[in-house]
Amino acid sequence: MHIPDGFLNIATVATTYTISSGGVTYAAREAGKKLGEKHVPLMGIMAAFVFSAQMLNFPIAGGTSGHLLGAALAAILLGPWGGLLVMACVLIVQCLIFQDGGLLALGANIFNMGFVGCFLSYYAYVAITKVVGTERKGMLVSAFVAAWLSVFAASVLCVIELVASGTTPLGVSLPAMAGVHALIGVVEGLITVAVLSFVLATRSDLLSLQKV
Amino acid sequence: MKRIKWWHVALFLCLLLAVLSPLASSSPDGLERVAEDKGFIDDARDSPYEAIADYVFPGIENEALATILAGVLGTLVIFGFVYGAARIVRSRKREVS
Repeated sequence: MHIPDGFLNIATVATTYTISSGGVTYAAREAGKKLGEKHVPLMGIMAAFVFSAQMLNFPIAGGTSGHLLGAALAAILLGPWGGLLVMACVLIVQCLIFQDGGLLALGANIFNMGFVGCFLSYYAYVAITKVVGTERKGMLVSAFVAAWLSVFAASVLCVIELVASGTTPLGVSLPAMAGVHALIGVVEGLITVAVLSFVLATRSDLLSLQKV
Repeated sequence: MKRIKWWHVALFLCLLLAVLSPLASSSPDGLERVAEDKGFIDDARDSPYEAIADYVFPGIENEALATILAGVLGTLVIFGFVYGAARIVRSRKREVS
């Protein structure tokens, strides 16, 4: 759901750029304080994975496709600020080199898919594991819900920005966007669970790194 | 010979995903679909320039190959960018402490 240029008005562009650039700057400072030796390759790999997995659009209901967001996976493995940094780097490269997502819409895309995607999924994951436990099963269930939430919330925010910009009325686009992304969110949850169980089976120590 | 580290394997798997990218569905994504259905897709403005637009490497006739090349290149660039940035942040931290 990379927003192209032309969908957002100046006020929305300015607001989202301000929030996102502030968030990314703070995230870089947090990373400076907390990054350990093992975080360095994990950050690179998360970014490479989010980028390559996002290229693989899967068909969803009737002539529509979706792709992995990856924010929940990045946030669960790295922590919310680390996840935000990874997502922001991917979105910047996609925007500047691949013309995916508009230059003016970059702030909104980082806000929806990076900022909110990572923070909502991270804290949802932490909250749910407190209830269902941090055993393998509890982790995977929590990750599924967190991943679904990240996609759903990003799509709702996207609609709110479009409505605030006068591009589309709320009553028209919210049900359509929320509906299709509720489905895409299920696939997001499944992929997130699959990757996490792979990491658990092969390098479970990566899951116990300090969260950034 | 240097030992193979976990992230060498992981990066290889990411590159493998990029190689599979021509298999991706070419249907519009959720937002594009809604923009088409609800009639605001024409509001979209193209970027003022094109580098590797739409994940198709320019100047290559075979589209699958052009997509693979774009995907592999993008995966390596983003890995190098983030790995390098994290390494710089990390080494600066060590100098301070």
